[in-house]
Amino acid sequence: MANYYIPARYLMEKIVDAEIIESPFITSKTIEIGNKYSPEFVCTPFKYTLGTLIESLDMGANVLIQFGGGCRYGYYSELQKQILKDLGYKFELYNLVTAGKTDIKRIYKIIKKIDRKFNTFKGLYYIFITYKMVKYMDKIDDYIRQNIGFEVEKNSFTNLLNEMLKKFKSVNNPISLSILYHKYFKKFKKLKTNKPKNCLKVGVIGELYTLQEPFSNYYLEKELASFNIEIKRFTNVNYLLFSNKKTTNKALKKTKKYMKYKMGADASSNVYWTKYLAENKYDGIIHIKSSFCTPEIGVMPILDKVANDYNIPIIYFSFDANTSEVGIKTRIEAFYDMIEMRRK
Amino acid sequence: MNCYLGVDIGSISTKGVIIDDDNNIITSAYIWTEGNPVNAVKKLIEILKKDLDSRHVIKGIGTTGSARKLIGLLLNANIVKNEIMAHAIGTLSLYPDVKTILEIGGQDSKIILLNNGIITDYAMNTLCAAGTGSFLSSQAKRLSINIEDFGPLALKSTNPVKIAARCTVFAESDLIHKAQVGYKKEDIVAGLCKSIVLNYLNNVGKGKKIKSPVIFQGGVSKNVGVLKYFKEILNTDVIVDPNSHLMGALGIAILTKKNKTNRVYDLNIQNIEFSTKAIECKGCSNNCEILRIYKDNKLVDSWGNRCDKYIKN
Repeated sequence: MANYYIPARYLMEKIVDAEIIESPFITSKTIEIGNKYSPEFVCTPFKYTLGTLIESLDMGANVLIQFGGGCRYGYYSELQKQILKDLGYKFELYNLVTAGKTDIKRIYKIIKKIDRKFNTFKGLYYIFITYKMVKYMDKIDDYIRQNIGFEVEKNSFTNLLNEMLKKFKSVNNPISLSILYHKYFKKFKKLKTNKPKNCLKVGVIGELYTLQEPFSNYYLEKELASFNIEIKRFTNVNYLLFSNKKTTNKALKKTKKYMKYKMGADASSNVYWTKYLAENKYDGIIHIKSSFCTPEIGVMPILDKVANDYNIPIIYFSFDANTSEVGIKTRIEAFYDMIEMRRK
Repeated sequence: MNCYLGVDIGSISTKGVIIDDDNNIITSAYIWTEGNPVNAVKKLIEILKKDLDSRHVIKGIGTTGSARKLIGLLLNANIVKNEIMAHAIGTLSLYPDVKTILEIGGQDSKIILLNNGIITDYAMNTLCAAGTGSFLSSQAKRLSINIEDFGPLALKSTNPVKIAARCTVFAESDLIHKAQVGYKKEDIVAGLCKSIVLNYLNNVGKGKKIKSPVIFQGGVSKNVGVLKYFKEILNTDVIVDPNSHLMGALGIAILTKKNKTNRVYDLNIQNIEFSTKAIECKGCSNNCEILRIYKDNKLVDSWGNRCDKYIKN
């Protein structure tokens, strides 16, 4: 999922003694394979991850690690395990999340199984570094999203990000990681932009996988940036792992007018974020999800109500393996025209 | 006299409008696209040219509709814009206080909400063709009725049949069933018109507040049966402009006027050879289909690449 393979690989490489196989970048081939072996009406992340698992197995992997829960996704690894076994692959698959919860004891046992010589102290040390790395990456990403639409030199942000991530791969202690992060943050701030003070601002919310994997949302953020728009996105790994519960509780408190009970996955957070974006004078909201995503379908009428109360435009996209790219481009272009017209 | 050309190339029909500086329509044309936008536009230009003389100077060309990018290249357009914007601008020029635009075209349908002349919300149908013109025309063929007679026939019905219109495939099998049990043709046709309206409101219009004045346009707006059920179900007056099918072309012509440069445009495109070749980029397993557009055998543009690995040459 996006650049998160870097910290994931980093952690596994440091704590277990095994050969790590990096799954290839998602391409049309991935989704083609995933589509072929998935039930038709399952949501798209299932198809993407199944495709990726098959590609990894073909590259010689024999232990697969999945990380998912919160909605139907929690059952995915079981079903995927069965599909892959039926296809004749030999492997072990571990889902680090069980029944929607991250059980540390269970994860410890899994790691012990993969590598018997696993050192707990060393493990905790590198978990801490990885945690920091994800946090820093998300912060940098936030800054990039705000500014990449205004870069003067083409690709300057992406190039600098790749340079930073390359350096991140070889850090060995939290201090050097922190120094690197601060150094690169300064470099990012020095990159030339021509951002006007009152630029158009759009918030992107919705279902977690589709939001974070650019291939699955047809590079929506890139498309938005090409219209010189500042982008705000709340969902990232840092949110999913560490501030999910807090945000949901906050959401229930702050949006009492719109919902009484907690909704599945990130639906409650999305209501809260919509309100936040509206109150902070954003020009528009884009809600994206994979087709058939139940929690996000459930939240759409509520978002409509919030958007109506605050008079902020919101559009919805459902992405599937067979979505037409042209249709998406037309809608984004029209959305841009609309928010620009509203400004005037 | 300065004039401006707007071309709207849809999936089913191609529309062209030439306006003067005061947005008056000098001439217009409406022809079938027949799956070949380049030829259709060549034909369209010939028709439009008949009403022009040496006094008229084309100062701008704009394109919209699903083939806007390709035709924009062919005509050297100074503006290429999406249909939503074009329809809104076109309608606003005739009805400045419009609040809702219902548009049903050949292949897609949309709803545009406006307030004080500004687009505040819009939606386009996403996955389904059940509420569009192509479905109506295919069903007209199945019942061997001329599409022009479809609306008037529907008005004759006093008892429209209920048709499961969630999806074209189910709608068609339901339709066959209704015909086989002996329903009258006009009742079936009326049921179809009603189903188009219900499907539109449940799909594209879901959650949207439809306020009057309501304008209905796009090819399907010519169908008086559909119009009748829109009025009945929305319980409000629905306006159909005599030029409702030309709104997109008119809108893009106005946008062209606003963005005019001092260039003078030539409409002699008959002999321009225009072709598209698709190649598959082998840079990675994405296998992007790259469209290369040739004008007189010279590469003028290419698109379809996801990354920069593919270099234009």
